[in-house]
Amino acid sequence: MELISQHAKKIMEGCKERARDAGLRFQDQSLEYIVTNRDLLQLSPKIMIPTLYDYWVQDVEVLKGQGRYELYPNNPYETVINTRPAISFYNDNNPDWLNVMIFYHVIGHIDFFQNNLFFRHTWGYDFAGRALSDKRLIAKLRSEKGRWVDYIIEFSRAVDNLVGYFDVLASLTKTRATGSAALLDFYFDIFLQRDGQGTVTHYVREIERYNQMLRDNPEDGQLLFLETVKRSYAEFESLYEKHHREKKPTESIDLLQFLMEHSKFLNKEENRWMLTVMEVMRSTSLYFQPQIRTKILNEGWASYWHEKLFLSDDRIGGHEVDYAIVNARVTSMPRVGLNPYALGMRLFDYLEDKASKGKISFDYLMLQDKHERDHYDSGAGKGREFIFAVRENYADSMFINSFIDQDFVDLHRLFVVGKRLNKEKMTWQYYVKSRKAEDYKEMVTDSLYHPPSIKVNVDESSTLILNHVFEGKPLVREYIEATMLGLEYLWGGKVCLYTSEPVPVKPQTQQPSLGPAVKQEKPKQEISWKRFRYTMSEKKLFRELIDVHG
Amino acid sequence: MNKLHALYISLQEKGLTPEQKRMIEHELQLVEKAGDIPFMHEMGMPPRAKSLYDWDDLRLLQNATPPQLVAMSSVHSLDHLLERDRQREEDGFPRKIRVGKMMKSGRDGDDKVVVVPTTVEEKFIHDQVQVNEEGEGEGEAEGGAGEGEEGEVIGEQPVRQDQGGGEGGAGQGEGGSHELESNAYDLGRILTEQFQLPNLKDKGKKRSLTRYTYDLTDKNRGFGQFLDKKATLRRVIMTNIALQRIARHQQIDTQRLLISPRDRVYRILSREKDYESQAMVFFVRDYSGSMSGKPTELIVNQHILIYSWLAFQYENQVKSRFILHDTEAKEVENFHTYYNSRVAGGTQVSAAYKLVNHIVEEENLARDYNIYIFHGTDGDDWDTKGEEALPELKKMLVYAARIGITIAENGYGVSGKSEVERYLRKSGLLEERSDLLRMDVIDKESKEGRLIEGIKRLIS
Repeated sequence: MELISQHAKKIMEGCKERARDAGLRFQDQSLEYIVTNRDLLQLSPKIMIPTLYDYWVQDVEVLKGQGRYELYPNNPYETVINTRPAISFYNDNNPDWLNVMIFYHVIGHIDFFQNNLFFRHTWGYDFAGRALSDKRLIAKLRSEKGRWVDYIIEFSRAVDNLVGYFDVLASLTKTRATGSAALLDFYFDIFLQRDGQGTVTHYVREIERYNQMLRDNPEDGQLLFLETVKRSYAEFESLYEKHHREKKPTESIDLLQFLMEHSKFLNKEENRWMLTVMEVMRSTSLYFQPQIRTKILNEGWASYWHEKLFLSDDRIGGHEVDYAIVNARVTSMPRVGLNPYALGMRLFDYLEDKASKGKISFDYLMLQDKHERDHYDSGAGKGREFIFAVRENYADSMFINSFIDQDFVDLHRLFVVGKRLNKEKMTWQYYVKSRKAEDYKEMVTDSLYHPPSIKVNVDESSTLILNHVFEGKPLVREYIEATMLGLEYLWGGKVCLYTSEPVPVKPQTQQPSLGPAVKQEKPKQEISWKRFRYTMSEKKLFRELIDVHG
Repeated sequence: MNKLHALYISLQEKGLTPEQKRMIEHELQLVEKAGDIPFMHEMGMPPRAKSLYDWDDLRLLQNATPPQLVAMSSVHSLDHLLERDRQREEDGFPRKIRVGKMMKSGRDGDDKVVVVPTTVEEKFIHDQVQVNEEGEGEGEAEGGAGEGEEGEVIGEQPVRQDQGGGEGGAGQGEGGSHELESNAYDLGRILTEQFQLPNLKDKGKKRSLTRYTYDLTDKNRGFGQFLDKKATLRRVIMTNIALQRIARHQQIDTQRLLISPRDRVYRILSREKDYESQAMVFFVRDYSGSMSGKPTELIVNQHILIYSWLAFQYENQVKSRFILHDTEAKEVENFHTYYNSRVAGGTQVSAAYKLVNHIVEEENLARDYNIYIFHGTDGDDWDTKGEEALPELKKMLVYAARIGITIAENGYGVSGKSEVERYLRKSGLLEERSDLLRMDVIDKESKEGRLIEGIKRLIS
């Protein structure tokens, strides 16, 4: 791995200037490396982070069943990584014009990394540097503790998809209500509703009374209101204090953090080194979380900008055709399949156009007439501004849910592909299943990264209780045992998992038909959801049915 | 088909329990459904296009191909990995490395086994709800773009026939997998050393490993039986160049070349060692309708492992024969066909045993070889009491060094109650001839570790 030539670097500096002029914002420094196939061989198991810690799984082929991307919230084959300075990788034989195109794409990514709020927790430090010190730490521990370090890495990685990513983000952005506002929240949210007391009318009357006081005394209406409350309920303040003290997080969704804080086994003196290893795994996972949750946005944003900036770059005239070939490969909509580059870029184009015509407005939404809708243009002209706001504030799920509408689906002639078996020809038939925006949206949403939501708690007998929130999908059953085995080790005791699984409902008793002529259509098999408890105790797993699913 | 029905009716006359009747009818139905298309319920999941997260910059923008990691080139060698895995077991955690392997039949019958160390990182992740086990019905929805009315068929893709063929757990990553080529001998070595498979017991009757043949293969200068003209001419030219009688860029006058007596190269009659195979292994497999899917995969995987183990034990001096049976038996040429063939028919174990006995007798194999017979089945047999199979089995016991029967339950019947298992147990042969006859029953969901466990049982 060596740095790119001065010649190429100079061209890229030119690209940065043009990108800044167009409105992108990013740190000045960046590092560009030439990578050979041999380098990639070492980089891709380390998810392109050259300084990532060593782990034996990186040397083995890892089985990833189809559609099991959920296992790895990271892309092993990325061209730019979110470090300070950002590092990007280039083939050793790229022509200049291609490097320009790639670099514009890279700038799009860097701008996204450094401005999208879902990356906020990665802004404060350089991951490559952190990874390097972690790597050394793990190497040092390995020299002391041997293979046990690898077991801890393995067991931590087994649950590294259950980190409290959104909690981390929230702690950076949320301003907790204090003072009178907090008292007020307590009064309405908890105090008035305690023990099921109070009627709805009383509650509504109180709100009305509060609003009235605010209207009468815009300055200190809130304080006045609280005074009246304190007067009528002498115990109010002491209850608030008590509630405040009791408010400890009893339930968590960050399994790794929960283990680190509450596991007696891990907090023994001789085992404390394990916590450091776990923290490395956790922070690594947290670092990658926003990447997979913004795939469509990030790639769409980068593709949008490489197109805009490359075509307006005066230095690469004459390579439009070469560019078009590469660009088509990247951003064409496949006949079947979902290309995040193409989808994201089209959505940004669509939104820019819509916003600049003022179509993102109440007036436009209320329009019924198709002709008027098509030709609506309020002259708002705020397209760019709008998509910059989107790149700052959205993640994939919000992006898809908010902006895919029927106009967009029609414009790009998108549809949901269905597949069915043609038994006569023994082929899978692909057919146009739906052109409705709702269905398309659902299809995209379904294919987004979505780790299970598992709540963690401890019961009286200090068993670790994992409660998988039912979202219409079961867990992969064959993985449960190994995962729980590791959890039992880290927890140092019994672990229970509650989860829902589909159980086929036996169709009405049907005799197998004899005789060659009778062919019966198989009735569509129905399933019902049942709740199961998995218990891992002393390295043995038990599974039992606990109740009928609601 | 009619033959099968006729057989069924004749069996019915002999009397069948409702349970047996159900099994046979199930198989008949499979035949019915599939006709001659053997892969009816071998389809697995429908194909999927690239997922949202399979697209990446390097591949798209820079047209790079994912690098192919060769396990040997990385930090840890296979032995190292397996050593670590053995250590895991001692530390009380289950093994994690799977030695995926595939059989590639090369030319001249040199079957190559490719060893791919693989692993899985288990996590809590969501699964798809699989309504139908046989993969029929609808596949998952995907995105699309372009022309076409709702409901219009826009393309077709044949259901892959050789799915699940040779890839015993190898990865499905694009652009091939990380391969570590090896031969059956190496896999056998790994199995023996790492998984502590027992070594073969010395049977006490050592056969000569070698014999000599005489052939005109060696070369000799000066005298011999047969002049090698080409080699001689070459030597003549060399001599003359050395003597500077041939110069560059000049016509060679062959008349003027000097010929030394030592230039004449002859072929000479010489003694050659000819290795003789020591072991003959019969792999027998049920390929009837009820076997399809998991049981077949288990059986062929186990047979690869056994083959590799024997190859190591006999230092490659193993010959193998492959026999498939449903209600009839046939011998197939190589492992590849053995691995991949499927049919939807009934089941009669006796047919296969008969064929083995026939081959052994006809070719007089018992005199020259240690004979091993490994039979894989799901335990169904239309000959429910083993009236025909047991006599044949007894015949086999006379000459065989070991007979191993693996029953991979197909999940249709009651566990532990398959016909073959029942009549074998009833016959008492398992105890009587436990030195020669072994049986192992595995369930449908067995993993590789269980297979290796089974091999220990079959061969120890």
